[in-house]
Amino acid sequence: MELLVTRDAATAERSHWLLLHCVAVFAFLYLPIAILVLYSFNGEGVGGFPPHRLTLDWYRTLFADEPIWDSVLNSLEVALAAMAISLAFGVPAALALDRAQFPGKALFRRLVLLPLILPGIITGLSLLMLFNVAGMKLSLLTIALGHGTALISVATTEVFAGLQKLDRAQEEASLDLGANYWQTFWRITVPNLKLPIIGAALLIFTLSLDEIAVSFFLIGRDNTLPLEIWGRLRRGITPEINAVSTVIFGFSLIAIVLWYRLRMRGEGATDAGIEIVEVAEGGQA
Amino acid sequence: MFSRGYKAAVTLPPVLWVALFLFTPYVLMFCYSFWSVSPAQTIVHSWDLNNYKDLLRVDVYWQTLLRSMWIAARVTIFSLLLAYPMAYFLSFQAGKRKDLLYQLVVIPLWVSYLVRAYAWKTILGSDGVLNTLLQYVHLTRHPLEFLLYSPFAVVLTLTHIYTPFAFLPIYAALEHIPRNLVEASHDLGATPAQTFWRVILPLSIPGVLAGATFAFVLSLGDFLAPLLLGGPSGIMISNIVVSLFGAAYNWPLGAAISLCMLVLVVGLIFGSERLGKKWSFS
Repeated sequence: MELLVTRDAATAERSHWLLLHCVAVFAFLYLPIAILVLYSFNGEGVGGFPPHRLTLDWYRTLFADEPIWDSVLNSLEVALAAMAISLAFGVPAALALDRAQFPGKALFRRLVLLPLILPGIITGLSLLMLFNVAGMKLSLLTIALGHGTALISVATTEVFAGLQKLDRAQEEASLDLGANYWQTFWRITVPNLKLPIIGAALLIFTLSLDEIAVSFFLIGRDNTLPLEIWGRLRRGITPEINAVSTVIFGFSLIAIVLWYRLRMRGEGATDAGIEIVEVAEGGQA
Repeated sequence: MFSRGYKAAVTLPPVLWVALFLFTPYVLMFCYSFWSVSPAQTIVHSWDLNNYKDLLRVDVYWQTLLRSMWIAARVTIFSLLLAYPMAYFLSFQAGKRKDLLYQLVVIPLWVSYLVRAYAWKTILGSDGVLNTLLQYVHLTRHPLEFLLYSPFAVVLTLTHIYTPFAFLPIYAALEHIPRNLVEASHDLGATPAQTFWRVILPLSIPGVLAGATFAFVLSLGDFLAPLLLGGPSGIMISNIVVSLFGAAYNWPLGAAISLCMLVLVVGLIFGSERLGKKWSFS
Protein backbone atom coordinates (compact mmCIF):
# COMPACT_ATOMS: atom_id res chain seq x y z
CA MET A 1 0.00 0.00 0.00
CA GLU A 2 2.82 2.35 0.79
CA LEU A 3 4.17 1.74 -2.69
CA LEU A 4 1.37 3.80 -4.11
CA VAL A 5 2.58 6.78 -2.15
CA THR A 6 6.28 6.42 -2.86
CA ARG A 7 5.92 5.64 -6.54
CA ASP A 8 4.59 9.10 -7.16
CA ALA A 9 7.33 11.23 -8.73
CA ALA A 10 6.58 14.35 -6.71
CA THR A 11 6.57 12.38 -3.48
CA ALA A 12 9.85 10.73 -4.34
CA GLU A 13 11.35 14.18 -4.82
CA ARG A 14 10.02 15.27 -1.45
CA SER A 15 11.20 12.13 0.27
CA HIS A 16 14.82 13.09 -0.42
CA TRP A 17 14.25 16.09 1.79
CA LEU A 18 12.51 13.91 4.34
CA LEU A 19 15.39 11.46 4.33
CA LEU A 20 17.85 14.30 4.79
CA HIS A 21 15.75 15.66 7.63
CA CYS A 22 15.75 12.24 9.30
CA VAL A 23 19.50 11.91 9.03
CA ALA A 24 19.89 15.38 10.55
CA VAL A 25 17.55 14.58 13.46
CA PHE A 26 19.33 11.30 14.13
CA ALA A 27 22.62 13.19 14.16
CA PHE A 28 21.12 15.68 16.59
CA LEU A 29 19.94 12.84 18.85
CA TYR A 30 23.09 10.73 18.73
CA LEU A 31 26.02 13.06 18.05
CA PRO A 32 26.13 14.49 21.59
CA ILE A 33 26.21 10.98 23.03
CA ALA A 34 28.91 9.94 20.56
CA ILE A 35 31.00 12.96 21.54
CA LEU A 36 30.50 12.16 25.19
CA VAL A 37 31.77 8.62 24.63
CA LEU A 38 34.70 9.80 22.50
CA TYR A 39 35.91 12.26 25.13
CA SER A 40 35.82 9.62 27.84
CA PHE A 41 39.02 8.40 26.14
CA ASN A 42 40.52 11.87 25.90
CA GLY A 43 43.67 12.51 27.91
CA GLU A 44 43.23 16.28 27.91
CA GLY A 45 39.91 17.04 29.56
CA VAL A 46 36.27 16.98 28.52
CA GLY A 47 36.46 19.51 25.67
CA GLY A 48 39.10 20.66 23.23
CA PHE A 49 39.15 19.81 19.56
CA PRO A 50 40.71 17.64 18.28
CA PRO A 51 40.80 15.01 21.03
CA HIS A 52 44.35 14.34 22.24
CA ARG A 53 46.23 11.39 23.61
CA LEU A 54 43.58 8.69 23.71
CA THR A 55 43.74 6.78 26.98
CA LEU A 56 41.87 4.40 29.26
CA ASP A 57 43.07 6.29 32.35
CA TRP A 58 39.67 7.77 33.10
CA TYR A 59 38.15 4.32 33.27
CA ARG A 60 40.93 3.25 35.63
CA THR A 61 40.18 6.29 37.81
CA LEU A 62 36.51 5.40 37.66
CA PHE A 63 37.00 1.82 38.75
CA ALA A 64 39.08 2.95 41.71
CA ASP A 65 36.56 5.63 42.70
CA GLU A 66 34.89 4.35 45.86
CA PRO A 67 32.18 7.01 46.35
CA ILE A 68 30.95 6.23 42.83
CA TRP A 69 30.70 2.52 43.56
CA ASP A 70 28.97 3.15 46.88
CA SER A 71 26.42 5.24 45.01
CA VAL A 72 26.03 2.52 42.39
CA LEU A 73 25.17 0.04 45.14
CA ASN A 74 22.68 2.53 46.60
CA SER A 75 21.11 3.00 43.18
CA LEU A 76 20.80 -0.74 42.67
CA GLU A 77 19.10 -1.13 46.05
CA VAL A 78 16.70 1.68 45.25
CA ALA A 79 15.95 0.31 41.79
CA LEU A 80 15.23 -3.19 43.11
CA ALA A 81 12.93 -1.85 45.82
CA ALA A 82 11.20 0.47 43.34
CA MET A 83 10.71 -2.44 40.97
CA ALA A 84 9.14 -4.55 43.73
CA ILE A 85 6.78 -1.72 44.77
CA SER A 86 5.74 -0.81 41.23
CA LEU A 87 5.01 -4.41 40.28
CA ALA A 88 3.30 -5.27 43.57
CA PHE A 89 0.82 -2.44 43.02
CA GLY A 90 0.98 -1.89 39.29
CA VAL A 91 -0.01 -5.42 38.26
CA PRO A 92 -3.15 -5.51 40.46
CA ALA A 93 -3.91 -1.95 39.34
CA ALA A 94 -3.93 -3.11 35.72
CA LEU A 95 -6.19 -6.05 36.64
CA ALA A 96 -8.49 -3.68 38.52
CA LEU A 97 -8.67 -1.26 35.57
CA ASP A 98 -9.38 -4.15 33.23
CA ARG A 99 -11.86 -6.15 35.30
CA ALA A 100 -13.43 -4.26 38.17
CA GLN A 101 -15.86 -1.40 38.36
CA PHE A 102 -15.53 0.80 41.41
CA PRO A 103 -16.39 4.36 42.38
CA GLY A 104 -13.59 6.77 41.52
CA LYS A 105 -12.12 4.47 38.89
CA ALA A 106 -11.55 7.31 36.43
CA LEU A 107 -9.81 9.41 39.07
CA PHE A 108 -7.74 6.38 40.13
CA ARG A 109 -6.59 5.79 36.55
CA ARG A 110 -5.60 9.42 36.16
CA LEU A 111 -3.72 9.51 39.45
CA VAL A 112 -1.77 6.34 38.67
CA LEU A 113 -0.70 7.61 35.26
CA LEU A 114 -0.08 11.24 36.20
CA PRO A 115 3.57 10.85 37.30
CA LEU A 116 4.37 9.69 33.77
CA ILE A 117 3.65 13.12 32.31
CA LEU A 118 4.15 15.28 35.37
CA PRO A 119 7.47 17.12 35.77
CA GLY A 120 9.52 15.26 38.38
CA ILE A 121 9.67 18.32 40.62
CA ILE A 122 5.95 18.11 41.42
CA THR A 123 6.06 14.40 42.24
CA GLY A 124 9.22 14.91 44.29
CA LEU A 125 8.04 17.94 46.25
CA SER A 126 4.58 16.59 47.03
CA LEU A 127 6.15 13.40 48.42
CA LEU A 128 8.68 15.47 50.35
CA MET A 129 5.78 17.21 52.08
CA LEU A 130 4.15 13.85 52.85
CA PHE A 131 7.32 12.43 54.41
CA ASN A 132 7.85 15.67 56.30
CA VAL A 133 4.35 15.64 57.79
CA ALA A 134 4.69 11.93 58.60
CA GLY A 135 7.99 12.65 60.34
CA MET A 136 9.93 10.26 58.11
CA LYS A 137 13.64 10.86 57.77
CA LEU A 138 14.84 11.18 54.18
CA SER A 139 16.92 8.20 53.10
CA LEU A 140 17.25 5.67 50.33
CA LEU A 141 13.90 4.30 51.51
CA THR A 142 12.09 7.56 50.72
CA ILE A 143 13.68 7.60 47.26
CA ALA A 144 12.59 3.99 46.67
CA LEU A 145 9.05 4.86 47.78
CA GLY A 146 9.07 7.83 45.41
CA HIS A 147 10.37 5.87 42.43
CA GLY A 148 8.14 2.90 43.20
CA THR A 149 5.06 5.10 43.34
CA ALA A 150 5.89 7.14 40.23
CA LEU A 151 6.71 4.02 38.19
CA ILE A 152 3.50 2.13 39.05
CA SER A 153 2.36 3.95 35.91
CA VAL A 154 4.85 1.97 33.80
CA ALA A 155 3.91 -1.41 35.29
CA THR A 156 0.21 -0.64 34.89
CA THR A 157 0.39 0.48 31.26
CA GLU A 158 2.58 -2.45 30.20
CA VAL A 159 0.46 -5.07 31.95
CA PHE A 160 -2.81 -3.44 30.92
CA ALA A 161 -1.69 -3.62 27.28
CA GLY A 162 -0.89 -7.30 27.81
CA LEU A 163 -4.31 -7.94 29.35
CA GLN A 164 -6.04 -6.56 26.27
CA LYS A 165 -4.53 -9.41 24.27
CA LEU A 166 -5.14 -12.09 26.86
CA ASP A 167 -7.59 -14.86 26.03
CA ARG A 168 -10.05 -14.96 28.92
CA ALA A 169 -11.14 -18.50 28.03
CA GLN A 170 -8.10 -19.98 29.76
CA GLU A 171 -8.88 -18.27 33.02
CA GLU A 172 -12.53 -19.25 32.70
CA ALA A 173 -11.60 -22.88 32.06
CA SER A 174 -9.30 -22.90 35.05
CA LEU A 175 -12.06 -21.57 37.29
CA ASP A 176 -14.60 -24.01 35.85
CA LEU A 177 -12.26 -26.91 36.51
CA GLY A 178 -12.23 -26.07 40.17
CA ALA A 179 -9.08 -23.96 40.61
CA ASN A 180 -9.60 -21.03 42.95
CA TYR A 181 -8.79 -17.41 42.02
CA TRP A 182 -5.42 -17.52 43.72
CA GLN A 183 -4.36 -20.63 41.79
CA THR A 184 -5.76 -19.23 38.56
CA PHE A 185 -3.88 -15.98 39.08
CA TRP A 186 -0.52 -17.67 39.61
CA ARG A 187 -0.92 -20.52 37.12
CA ILE A 188 -2.79 -18.85 34.28
CA THR A 189 -2.84 -15.05 34.52
CA VAL A 190 0.76 -14.40 35.52
CA PRO A 191 2.38 -16.92 33.09
CA ASN A 192 0.34 -15.37 30.28
CA LEU A 193 1.52 -11.91 31.27
CA LYS A 194 5.13 -13.03 31.62
CA LEU A 195 6.48 -10.87 28.79
CA PRO A 196 4.78 -7.60 29.79
CA ILE A 197 5.75 -8.14 33.42
CA ILE A 198 9.41 -8.84 32.63
CA GLY A 199 9.40 -5.91 30.21
CA ALA A 200 7.90 -3.60 32.82
CA ALA A 201 10.40 -4.78 35.44
CA LEU A 202 13.30 -4.07 33.12
CA LEU A 203 11.99 -0.65 32.21
CA ILE A 204 11.26 0.32 35.81
CA PHE A 205 14.71 -0.85 36.88
CA THR A 206 16.42 1.24 34.18
CA LEU A 207 14.28 4.32 34.74
CA SER A 208 14.85 4.18 38.48
CA LEU A 209 18.63 3.84 38.02
CA ASP A 210 18.65 6.97 35.86
CA GLU A 211 16.08 9.00 37.78
CA ILE A 212 17.24 12.31 39.19
CA ALA A 213 14.40 14.86 39.47
CA VAL A 214 12.37 13.01 42.12
CA SER A 215 15.46 11.74 43.95
CA PHE A 216 16.75 15.32 44.11
CA PHE A 217 14.09 16.17 46.72
CA LEU A 218 13.97 12.89 48.62
CA ILE A 219 17.68 12.38 49.12
CA GLY A 220 18.99 11.72 52.62
CA ARG A 221 22.63 11.11 53.52
CA ASP A 222 23.38 8.46 50.88
CA ASN A 223 23.65 9.42 47.24
CA THR A 224 22.27 7.54 44.29
CA LEU A 225 24.54 7.39 41.24
CA PRO A 226 22.86 10.23 39.29
CA LEU A 227 22.97 12.47 42.37
CA GLU A 228 26.62 11.61 43.01
CA ILE A 229 27.37 12.63 39.43
CA TRP A 230 25.25 15.75 39.81
CA GLY A 231 27.26 16.76 42.87
CA ARG A 232 30.50 16.39 40.93
CA LEU A 233 29.22 18.35 37.94
CA ARG A 234 28.82 21.34 40.17
CA ARG A 235 32.40 21.05 41.44
CA GLY A 236 34.05 20.91 38.03
CA ILE A 237 34.24 18.20 35.45
CA THR A 238 36.79 15.62 34.28
CA PRO A 239 36.51 12.92 31.61
CA GLU A 240 35.89 10.51 34.48
CA ILE A 241 32.30 11.75 34.33
CA ASN A 242 32.29 10.98 30.60
CA ALA A 243 33.53 7.52 31.46
CA VAL A 244 30.80 6.84 34.01
CA SER A 245 28.20 8.36 31.65
CA THR A 246 29.41 6.04 28.91
CA VAL A 247 29.00 3.04 31.19
CA ILE A 248 25.49 4.20 32.16
CA PHE A 249 24.62 4.72 28.51
CA GLY A 250 25.86 1.23 27.68
CA PHE A 251 23.72 -0.35 30.38
CA SER A 252 20.62 1.65 29.44
CA LEU A 253 21.14 0.67 25.83
CA ILE A 254 21.30 -3.04 26.66
CA ALA A 255 18.24 -2.82 28.91
CA ILE A 256 16.19 -0.88 26.37
CA VAL A 257 17.06 -3.14 23.46
CA LEU A 258 16.25 -6.18 25.62
CA TRP A 259 12.92 -4.64 26.61
CA TYR A 260 12.15 -3.84 23.01
CA ARG A 261 12.96 -7.38 21.89
CA LEU A 262 10.66 -8.72 24.60
CA ARG A 263 7.89 -6.43 23.40
CA MET A 264 8.46 -7.49 19.81
CA ARG A 265 8.04 -11.10 20.86
CA GLY A 266 4.85 -10.16 22.64
CA GLU A 267 3.45 -7.95 19.94
CA GLY A 268 5.31 -8.71 16.76
CA ALA A 269 4.88 -5.07 15.80
CA THR A 270 6.24 -1.61 16.37
CA ASP A 271 3.57 -0.87 18.93
CA ALA A 272 6.01 -1.22 21.80
CA GLY A 273 6.23 1.98 23.75
CA ILE A 274 3.33 3.59 22.01
CA GLU A 275 0.85 2.23 24.53
CA ILE A 276 2.59 4.04 27.33
CA VAL A 277 2.10 7.33 25.57
CA GLU A 278 -1.45 6.60 24.54
CA VAL A 279 -2.56 5.36 27.90
CA ALA A 280 -0.80 8.24 29.61
CA GLU A 281 -2.65 10.65 27.40
CA GLY A 282 -5.90 9.05 28.54
CA GLY A 283 -6.74 7.60 25.17
CA GLN A 284 -7.25 3.95 25.89
CA ALA A 285 -7.43 2.59 29.40
CA MET B 1 -16.69 -14.22 35.80
CA PHE B 2 -14.63 -12.57 38.52
CA SER B 3 -16.06 -12.66 42.04
CA ARG B 4 -16.40 -9.66 44.31
CA GLY B 5 -13.57 -10.99 46.41
CA TYR B 6 -11.23 -11.12 43.42
CA LYS B 7 -12.13 -7.61 42.37
CA ALA B 8 -11.63 -6.29 45.89
CA ALA B 9 -8.29 -8.07 46.17
CA VAL B 10 -6.91 -6.49 43.00
CA THR B 11 -8.52 -3.09 43.58
CA LEU B 12 -7.97 -2.27 47.23
CA PRO B 13 -4.17 -2.47 47.60
CA PRO B 14 -3.34 -0.21 44.63
CA VAL B 15 -6.17 2.19 45.45
CA LEU B 16 -4.98 2.55 49.04
CA TRP B 17 -1.36 2.97 47.97
CA VAL B 18 -2.27 5.57 45.37
CA ALA B 19 -4.49 7.39 47.87
CA LEU B 20 -1.61 7.55 50.35
CA PHE B 21 1.34 8.27 48.06
CA LEU B 22 -0.21 10.16 45.15
CA PHE B 23 -3.43 11.75 46.34
CA THR B 24 -2.47 12.79 49.88
CA PRO B 25 0.74 14.51 48.71
CA TYR B 26 -1.20 16.70 46.27
CA VAL B 27 -3.70 17.56 49.03
CA LEU B 28 -0.79 18.42 51.32
CA MET B 29 0.69 20.64 48.62
CA PHE B 30 -2.67 22.39 48.45
CA CYS B 31 -2.75 22.85 52.25
CA TYR B 32 0.84 24.07 52.48
CA SER B 33 0.16 26.73 49.87
CA PHE B 34 -2.14 28.53 52.33
CA TRP B 35 0.21 28.29 55.30
CA SER B 36 3.16 30.53 56.11
CA VAL B 37 6.58 30.59 57.75
CA SER B 38 7.14 32.30 61.11
CA PRO B 39 10.24 34.43 61.74
CA ALA B 40 11.53 31.51 63.83
CA GLN B 41 11.50 29.39 60.65
CA THR B 42 8.61 27.14 61.61
CA ILE B 43 5.53 26.44 59.50
CA VAL B 44 2.46 28.34 60.73
CA HIS B 45 -0.77 26.49 60.02
CA SER B 46 -2.91 29.58 59.55
CA TRP B 47 -5.01 29.72 56.41
CA ASP B 48 -4.76 32.77 54.17
CA LEU B 49 -4.10 33.77 50.57
CA ASN B 50 -0.87 35.67 51.23
CA ASN B 51 1.31 33.32 49.19
CA TYR B 52 -0.92 33.73 46.16
CA LYS B 53 -0.97 37.50 46.64
CA ASP B 54 2.83 37.43 46.72
CA LEU B 55 2.87 35.55 43.44
CA LEU B 56 0.90 38.31 41.78
CA ARG B 57 2.68 41.16 43.53
CA VAL B 58 6.33 40.18 43.25
CA ASP B 59 7.39 40.66 39.65
CA VAL B 60 10.12 38.06 39.60
CA TYR B 61 7.70 35.15 40.16
CA TRP B 62 5.29 35.72 37.33
CA GLN B 63 8.02 37.05 35.06
CA THR B 64 9.99 33.85 35.57
CA LEU B 65 6.84 31.81 35.00
CA LEU B 66 6.27 33.64 31.72
CA ARG B 67 9.89 33.15 30.70
CA SER B 68 9.65 29.44 31.53
CA MET B 69 6.53 29.18 29.40
CA TRP B 70 8.34 30.92 26.56
CA ILE B 71 11.27 28.51 26.84
CA ALA B 72 8.84 25.56 26.97
CA ALA B 73 6.96 26.94 23.96
CA ARG B 74 10.17 27.15 21.92
CA VAL B 75 11.15 23.62 22.95
CA THR B 76 7.69 22.43 21.90
CA ILE B 77 7.83 24.11 18.50
CA PHE B 78 11.34 22.86 17.72
CA SER B 79 10.52 19.33 18.93
CA LEU B 80 7.45 19.22 16.70
CA LEU B 81 9.38 20.56 13.71
CA LEU B 82 12.01 17.88 14.20
CA ALA B 83 9.66 15.05 15.13
CA TYR B 84 6.79 15.43 12.66
CA PRO B 85 8.65 15.01 9.36
CA MET B 86 10.62 12.17 10.88
CA ALA B 87 7.46 10.40 12.08
CA TYR B 88 5.95 10.94 8.63
CA PHE B 89 8.99 9.47 6.92
CA LEU B 90 9.06 6.45 9.21
CA SER B 91 5.36 5.78 8.91
CA PHE B 92 4.95 6.27 5.16
CA GLN B 93 8.30 5.86 3.47
CA ALA B 94 10.76 3.90 5.57
CA GLY B 95 9.60 0.51 4.30
CA LYS B 96 11.55 -2.39 5.75
CA ARG B 97 13.82 -0.25 7.89
CA LYS B 98 10.85 1.08 9.85
CA ASP B 99 11.35 -1.15 12.92
CA LEU B 100 15.03 -0.39 13.25
CA LEU B 101 14.57 3.35 12.78
CA TYR B 102 11.69 3.39 15.24
CA GLN B 103 13.86 1.65 17.80
CA LEU B 104 16.63 4.19 17.19
CA VAL B 105 14.28 7.07 18.01
CA VAL B 106 12.91 5.38 21.10
CA ILE B 107 16.29 4.50 22.63
CA PRO B 108 17.24 8.08 23.55
CA LEU B 109 13.84 8.48 25.19
CA TRP B 110 14.82 6.08 27.94
CA VAL B 111 18.51 6.97 28.17
CA SER B 112 19.54 8.90 31.25
CA TYR B 113 18.45 12.54 31.27
CA LEU B 114 21.59 13.49 33.16
CA VAL B 115 23.91 11.84 30.64
CA ARG B 116 22.35 13.78 27.78
CA ALA B 117 22.25 17.13 29.57
CA TYR B 118 25.89 16.66 30.59
CA ALA B 119 26.86 15.83 27.01
CA TRP B 120 25.57 19.24 25.90
CA LYS B 121 27.50 20.95 28.67
CA THR B 122 30.75 19.47 27.36
CA ILE B 123 29.85 20.52 23.83
CA LEU B 124 28.72 24.09 24.46
CA GLY B 125 31.24 25.28 27.07
CA SER B 126 33.81 27.98 26.27
CA ASP B 127 36.50 25.25 26.23
CA GLY B 128 33.90 22.87 24.89
CA VAL B 129 33.98 20.72 21.81
CA LEU B 130 32.06 23.13 19.60
CA ASN B 131 34.00 26.27 20.47
CA THR B 132 37.38 24.60 20.12
CA LEU B 133 36.26 23.05 16.84
CA LEU B 134 35.21 26.45 15.49
CA GLN B 135 38.56 27.92 16.46
CA TYR B 136 40.40 24.90 15.07
CA VAL B 137 38.89 25.46 11.64
CA HIS B 138 39.41 29.24 12.06
CA LEU B 139 35.74 30.14 11.84
CA THR B 140 35.97 32.09 15.07
CA ARG B 141 38.92 33.51 16.94
CA HIS B 142 37.42 33.64 20.43
CA PRO B 143 35.03 31.23 22.12
CA LEU B 144 31.37 32.10 21.60
CA GLU B 145 30.22 32.78 25.14
CA PHE B 146 26.51 32.75 24.44
CA LEU B 147 26.55 29.02 23.71
CA LEU B 148 26.59 27.93 27.34
CA TYR B 149 24.85 29.48 30.36
CA SER B 150 22.06 30.97 28.30
CA PRO B 151 18.40 30.29 27.50
CA PHE B 152 19.71 29.11 24.11
CA ALA B 153 21.59 26.23 25.78
CA VAL B 154 18.49 25.28 27.78
CA VAL B 155 16.20 25.31 24.73
CA LEU B 156 18.69 23.28 22.69
CA THR B 157 19.20 20.66 25.39
CA LEU B 158 15.52 20.33 26.24
CA THR B 159 14.68 20.04 22.54
CA HIS B 160 17.21 17.23 22.31
CA ILE B 161 15.66 15.51 25.33
CA TYR B 162 11.98 15.92 24.44
CA THR B 163 12.01 15.42 20.66
CA PRO B 164 11.56 11.61 21.08
CA PHE B 165 8.64 12.33 23.44
CA ALA B 166 7.00 14.45 20.77
CA PHE B 167 7.79 11.85 18.13
CA LEU B 168 6.03 8.89 19.77
CA PRO B 169 2.39 10.05 19.77
CA ILE B 170 2.74 11.64 16.31
CA TYR B 171 4.10 8.39 14.94
CA ALA B 172 1.32 6.44 16.67
CA ALA B 173 -1.30 8.75 15.14
CA LEU B 174 0.20 8.43 11.65
CA GLU B 175 0.37 4.64 12.00
CA HIS B 176 -3.34 4.55 12.86
CA ILE B 177 -4.39 6.40 9.71
CA PRO B 178 -6.13 3.82 7.51
CA ARG B 179 -3.98 3.56 4.39
CA ASN B 180 -7.02 3.19 2.15
CA LEU B 181 -7.95 6.79 2.98
CA VAL B 182 -4.61 7.89 1.58
CA GLU B 183 -5.12 5.71 -1.48
CA ALA B 184 -8.63 7.03 -1.97
CA SER B 185 -7.32 10.56 -1.90
CA HIS B 186 -4.76 9.68 -4.59
CA ASP B 187 -7.33 7.84 -6.69
CA LEU B 188 -9.66 10.80 -6.57
CA GLY B 189 -6.92 12.92 -8.11
CA ALA B 190 -5.45 14.76 -5.15
CA THR B 191 -1.78 15.69 -5.45
CA PRO B 192 0.54 14.37 -2.72
CA ALA B 193 0.56 17.84 -1.18
CA GLN B 194 -3.22 17.98 -1.10
CA THR B 195 -3.36 14.49 0.36
CA PHE B 196 -0.97 15.54 3.09
CA TRP B 197 -2.69 18.81 3.99
CA ARG B 198 -6.26 17.59 3.73
CA VAL B 199 -6.09 13.96 4.81
CA ILE B 200 -2.94 13.04 6.68
CA LEU B 201 -2.27 16.19 8.69
CA PRO B 202 -5.82 16.60 10.03
CA LEU B 203 -5.91 12.94 11.04
CA SER B 204 -2.60 13.24 12.87
CA ILE B 205 -3.60 16.32 14.89
CA PRO B 206 -4.45 14.31 18.04
CA GLY B 207 -0.90 12.91 17.99
CA VAL B 208 0.58 16.35 17.44
CA LEU B 209 -1.42 17.71 20.38
CA ALA B 210 -0.28 14.86 22.60
CA GLY B 211 3.34 15.32 21.56
CA ALA B 212 3.15 19.06 22.09
CA THR B 213 1.65 18.55 25.54
CA PHE B 214 4.46 16.18 26.53
CA ALA B 215 7.19 18.51 25.34
CA PHE B 216 5.63 21.63 26.85
CA VAL B 217 4.69 20.18 30.22
CA LEU B 218 7.95 18.33 30.83
CA SER B 219 10.16 21.22 29.79
CA LEU B 220 8.08 23.75 31.72
CA GLY B 221 8.81 21.92 34.96
CA ASP B 222 12.47 21.27 34.28
CA PHE B 223 15.00 22.59 36.76
CA LEU B 224 18.12 20.51 36.14
CA ALA B 225 18.96 21.72 32.64
CA PRO B 226 18.64 25.39 33.69
CA LEU B 227 20.90 24.73 36.72
CA LEU B 228 23.45 22.94 34.60
CA LEU B 229 23.37 25.01 31.41
CA GLY B 230 21.14 28.02 31.93
CA GLY B 231 23.23 30.52 33.85
CA PRO B 232 21.50 33.51 35.48
CA SER B 233 19.44 34.39 32.39
CA GLY B 234 18.23 30.81 31.94
CA ILE B 235 16.56 30.47 35.36
CA MET B 236 13.15 28.83 35.19
CA ILE B 237 10.20 28.75 37.56
CA SER B 238 11.16 25.38 39.03
CA ASN B 239 14.54 26.77 40.04
CA ILE B 240 12.74 29.35 42.18
CA VAL B 241 10.70 26.56 43.73
CA VAL B 242 13.87 24.58 44.44
CA SER B 243 15.45 27.51 46.22
CA LEU B 244 12.25 28.17 48.19
CA PHE B 245 12.37 24.58 49.41
CA GLY B 246 16.09 24.83 50.08
CA ALA B 247 18.14 27.80 51.20
CA ALA B 248 15.32 30.37 51.08
CA TYR B 249 13.21 28.10 53.31
CA ASN B 250 9.70 29.11 52.38
CA TRP B 251 7.90 25.86 51.73
CA PRO B 252 4.42 27.43 51.68
CA LEU B 253 5.32 29.88 48.93
CA GLY B 254 7.10 27.09 47.05
CA ALA B 255 4.00 24.93 47.44
CA ALA B 256 1.84 27.75 46.05
CA ILE B 257 4.02 28.00 42.93
CA SER B 258 4.10 24.21 42.54
CA LEU B 259 0.34 24.06 42.85
CA CYS B 260 -0.05 26.71 40.14
CA MET B 261 2.22 24.58 37.94
CA LEU B 262 0.24 21.44 38.74
CA VAL B 263 -3.05 23.15 37.87
CA LEU B 264 -1.57 24.58 34.67
CA VAL B 265 -0.16 21.20 33.66
CA VAL B 266 -3.29 19.19 34.43
CA GLY B 267 -5.38 21.84 32.66
CA LEU B 268 -3.17 21.54 29.57
CA ILE B 269 -3.40 17.75 29.59
CA PHE B 270 -7.20 17.89 29.83
CA GLY B 271 -7.43 20.61 27.22
CA SER B 272 -5.28 18.82 24.67
CA GLU B 273 -7.17 15.59 25.32
CA ARG B 274 -10.52 17.28 24.67
CA LEU B 275 -9.21 18.96 21.56
CA GLY B 276 -7.65 15.70 20.39
CA LYS B 277 -10.96 13.86 20.76
CA LYS B 278 -12.67 16.48 18.63
CA TRP B 279 -10.13 15.93 15.89
CA SER B 280 -10.05 12.16 15.95
CA PHE B 281 -12.49 10.59 13.56
CA SER B 282 -13.02 7.23 15.20
